[in-house]
Amino acid sequence: MSQWVDVCSVDDLIPHSGVCALVEETQVAIFYMPEDKAVFAINNFDPFSLINILSRGLIGDIQGEPMVSSPIYKQRFSLKTGVCMDDETVKVDSYGVRIEGDRVEVNLGAV
Amino acid sequence: MSNKQTLVVIGNGMVGQNFLVSLMASEIKDNYNVVTFCEEELPAYDRVHLSEYFSGKSADDLSLVEEGFFETNNITIHMGDKASSIDRAAKTVTSEKGVEIAYDKLVLATGSTAFIPPIPGNDREGCIAYRTIDDLDEMMATAKTSKVGAVVGGGLLGLEAAKALRDLNLETHVVQFAPRLMEAQLDDGGALLLKQKIEDLGVGVLTSKNTTQIVDGDTCKHKMVFADGTELETDMILYSAGIRPRYEIADACGLDIADRGGVVINDQCLTSDEDIYAIGECASWNNQTFGLVAPGYAMARTVVDHLAGGQDEFTGADMSTKLKLNGVDVASIGDAHGTTAGSLVYTYQNGVDGVYKRIVVSEDNKYLLGAVLVGDASGYPTLHQYYSNEIELPSNPDSLILPARSDESVGLGPDALPASAQVCSCFDVTKGDICTSIEGGCTTIGALKDDTKAATGCGGCAALVKSVLDCELEKAGFEVNTDICEHFAYTRQDLYNLIMVEEIKTFGELLEKHGSGKGCEICKQAIGSILASYWNDYVLDDDHVSLQDTNDTFLANTQKDGTYSVVPRMTGGEVTPDGLIAVGNVAKKYGLYTKITGGQRVDLFGARVDQLPPIWQELIDAGFESGHAYGKSLRTVKSCVGSTWCRFGVDDSVGLAVELENRYKGLRAPHKIKFAVSGCTRECAEAQSKDIGVIAVEGGWNLYVCGNGGMKPRHGDLFATNLDKETLIKYIDRVLTFYVRTADRLQRTSVWMENMEGGLDYLKSVVIDDKLQINDQLEAHMQHVVDTYQCEWTTTMADENKLKRFRHFVNSDKTDENIIFVEERGQIRPANIEERALALAEEA
Ligand code: SRM
Ligand SMILES: Cc1cc2nc3c(=O)[nH]c(=O)nc-3n(C[C@H](O)[C@H](O)[C@H](O)COP(=O)(O)OP(=O)(O)OC[C@H]3O[C@@H](n4cnc5c(N)ncnc54)[C@H](O)[C@@H]3O)c2cc1C
Ligand code: SF4
Ligand code: FES
Repeated sequence: MSQWVDVCSVDDLIPHSGVCALVEETQVAIFYMPEDKAVFAINNFDPFSLINILSRGLIGDIQGEPMVSSPIYKQRFSLKTGVCMDDETVKVDSYGVRIEGDRVEVNLGAV
Repeated sequence: MSNKQTLVVIGNGMVGQNFLVSLMASEIKDNYNVVTFCEEELPAYDRVHLSEYFSGKSADDLSLVEEGFFETNNITIHMGDKASSIDRAAKTVTSEKGVEIAYDKLVLATGSTAFIPPIPGNDREGCIAYRTIDDLDEMMATAKTSKVGAVVGGGLLGLEAAKALRDLNLETHVVQFAPRLMEAQLDDGGALLLKQKIEDLGVGVLTSKNTTQIVDGDTCKHKMVFADGTELETDMILYSAGIRPRYEIADACGLDIADRGGVVINDQCLTSDEDIYAIGECASWNNQTFGLVAPGYAMARTVVDHLAGGQDEFTGADMSTKLKLNGVDVASIGDAHGTTAGSLVYTYQNGVDGVYKRIVVSEDNKYLLGAVLVGDASGYPTLHQYYSNEIELPSNPDSLILPARSDESVGLGPDALPASAQVCSCFDVTKGDICTSIEGGCTTIGALKDDTKAATGCGGCAALVKSVLDCELEKAGFEVNTDICEHFAYTRQDLYNLIMVEEIKTFGELLEKHGSGKGCEICKQAIGSILASYWNDYVLDDDHVSLQDTNDTFLANTQKDGTYSVVPRMTGGEVTPDGLIAVGNVAKKYGLYTKITGGQRVDLFGARVDQLPPIWQELIDAGFESGHAYGKSLRTVKSCVGSTWCRFGVDDSVGLAVELENRYKGLRAPHKIKFAVSGCTRECAEAQSKDIGVIAVEGGWNLYVCGNGGMKPRHGDLFATNLDKETLIKYIDRVLTFYVRTADRLQRTSVWMENMEGGLDYLKSVVIDDKLQINDQLEAHMQHVVDTYQCEWTTTMADENKLKRFRHFVNSDKTDENIIFVEERGQIRPANIEERALALAEEA
């Protein structure tokens, strides 16, 4: 737990979009907003369609809150908390993620 | 049961059926056992739109009877059986097939027949009336062996019939007894202009021709001989020289008949027998008969009301009409000839644009009494409202017919109409009815039509209905927020214009200049689509890739289990055996599920994201291109086998389909676009259900636009007929580019059309008459798209960097363990939840 794992280089990220990384058997969706140098990490599993797909959703913000919209049935999830903005009883895990130099690191224990 | 009275309706035409529908919608419907006699082989159909039978509408399309109507309402209908006599003393009706029924109440709705002038030879073979579907079938059969056709009668109907003959590709002539066309409605000035317009359609017009006999022809089957010594050779003759009310059965049982024909009725539509009513074209009220459907419907309502004990009266009817001919605008309102004592006339004539307008106003210059419009009937709805609702005219009434020279609009705003104003005369729908329906939640034209029936008859009131709707919505403070989302306070069309005018090439630039925040899936997808439509850049470019929905991002269709499907293009549904084998080999090698789609091509399902590039490499090597099944873009051009093989084929539908698909492939649009091309009117390619449908006819190609299958099917509208290929393509270029520019996001062409102010006529005026003077632009835009086409898969395969995206994990070559298939009917399918859980458990 609680350790930062090196996953990929910043070049492997897709600006304004997401990729999926395998971190200790967990599928982590990592999103990148280069204008703010911001990265976000949440679980890749979409609780509505029951498949690993969130990294492939369109991202943006709603009332300033960064979000991803599931590509299957379009529910939106906060990139900060993983809470579903269309149904607050649903939440996916969110993780720590940071850019160190030109490397991207994920921490499954941190939020 | 036994306390019910029996009500018999003779005739199941437009008015007879309307009466039944009104009766069934009323409170007294359970008071009667209802029986009706229908002489024709078909129950009621829409005679008003009869001519559309030629442009491909079927008898089914024209039917006015909802499925199961007679059964659900327990109405007994005697099909193909003519009521032959009425015994008023015994109160019975007897039919030709021998049915005898005792009635308590009887309604005559026997309509009328086409008047056949008493000319020797008038019953020769190929001389046909223009009234019923049977007549039309006979006409089509006769037209097959004819080169020339003549229509006797130059009134509204005659001109419609002439256009129909012309569309059947016959050399066509209208033979008019009077010195001018539409003599009942037009004055000399208007009629002269109309003549030119009819001649422009390729129809010959002969006026002041009194036919004295019809004899064997020299070059054609018949020869019409005129009183002035001239002659006309023709192979078929259509009679459309007026109608005669059918009152034989009424006459035979001794009911009063009017001097000029027709069963005499009073204000309650009762005949001289108090248990017998007459309605529709067979009835004569105040010594007048009515050859239009709206008065008939008004009579039907009056009878239902009278049966229910009400006080309604039939008070005559508005005989205003509009000619329903493509490309010829003619309308006439009220006292068009200015016969009212003291009336004043204003005339506007524009020889350059071919426009003639005339209004007749009351002595005090305050009220509109009548009008004639030729060449531009756009003012009809407004003028008709002034007339029918007796609204006071502006102080300078001629402003109503003069072209607008300033911004000042003289149209009558819907707000000015009283609630009692009749908006739709076909179904007697008032502004008040529309407002009630809007309050009840019908806030779209479609919903209003369903709810009130307004604008579903002749359609003449459609523009007005729409403007009432808009006005009411605005007044009700319906925040009709048309902003696309919180990031852009613009509609899709606004955004399109901004991109076009400011030459904006990326989402970032547009957001910076005109938006706020970071965007969302709605604006990104919409703007991504606009940029792709306009600039046609590669969608996976760094600037664009993050705007694409997952399907476009991976150039494939996501399935429920996170795998993708692969659809190579098979233009026109054509594929070589080698191509088919190549597709089969790929499917076999990657273990894909294979299915023939509804769009005439092969879909391969179950590809993991990392398998997409190698699959496509093999398909590209075998000569395939991306099918764009994933894009909001041109999908398929479906074709039938056409004249190459089919014994009925009129032209090469496959060839055209392939050409069209190659031209428009890759075109991105607000929503997906589908085409089809059929080789003849049997329509095996179902072209009329497509956004763009093309059907081969003897004279060229008929173009249909804005059809739809899907959730709310819509038949395409016949847009233009007998086109050569060049014109066809030009029109398609324009229609599609105009759609791309002006439609809302995710709006199919069908909905776009339904929401378009002015509808089909407006679209025609833009595309055919170049009303907005943008056709050059529209064509240039399409040419740009055609010239910059690329197979997105070919481009992607050539770019290492782009291919990086096609893997499940950025940091591992593993694949998604959650994707699990099971076998069914010899192929794979995604495991269901239980199967998946089981498989995962076994593995662990
Ligand atoms: C594969 C196919 C079904 C089949 O096995 O035959 C299909 C499959 C899908 N259709 Fe379809 N449609 C297919 C032919 C049709 C047809 C028939 C036709 O094209 O002749 C129609 C009705 C005609 C029409 O569109 O007017 C049709 C009407 C729809 C609609 C409803 C559209 C509407 O306006 O109401 C949708 C939903 C939408 O687009 O919003 C849809 C959406 C879809 C989607 C994309 C749904 C989705 O988001 O997953 C399906 C996935 C496609 C894929 O490849 O994974 N599909 N779909 C057909 C592909 C044809 C092709 O070769 O490209
Ligand atoms: C080509 C064409 C275009 C037209 N365009 C327009 C237009 O644009 N606007 C407009 O307002 N009107 C138009 N009309 C006129 C409109 O169609 C008629 O006004 C309308 O159909 C009259 O309805 P009806 O029920 O009185 O008569 P019909 O529709 O003729 O129905 C009468 C029915 O009764 C049947 N019948 C007769 N006698 C008997 C019997 N003894 N027993 C059993 N059945 C019997 C007949 O076979 C027929 O089916 C058009 C007509 C035609 C032909
Ligand atoms: S539409 Fe006509 S040409 Fe085409 S296959 Fe059918 S019958 Fe043959
Ligand atoms: S006036 Fe004919 S449909 Fe409304």
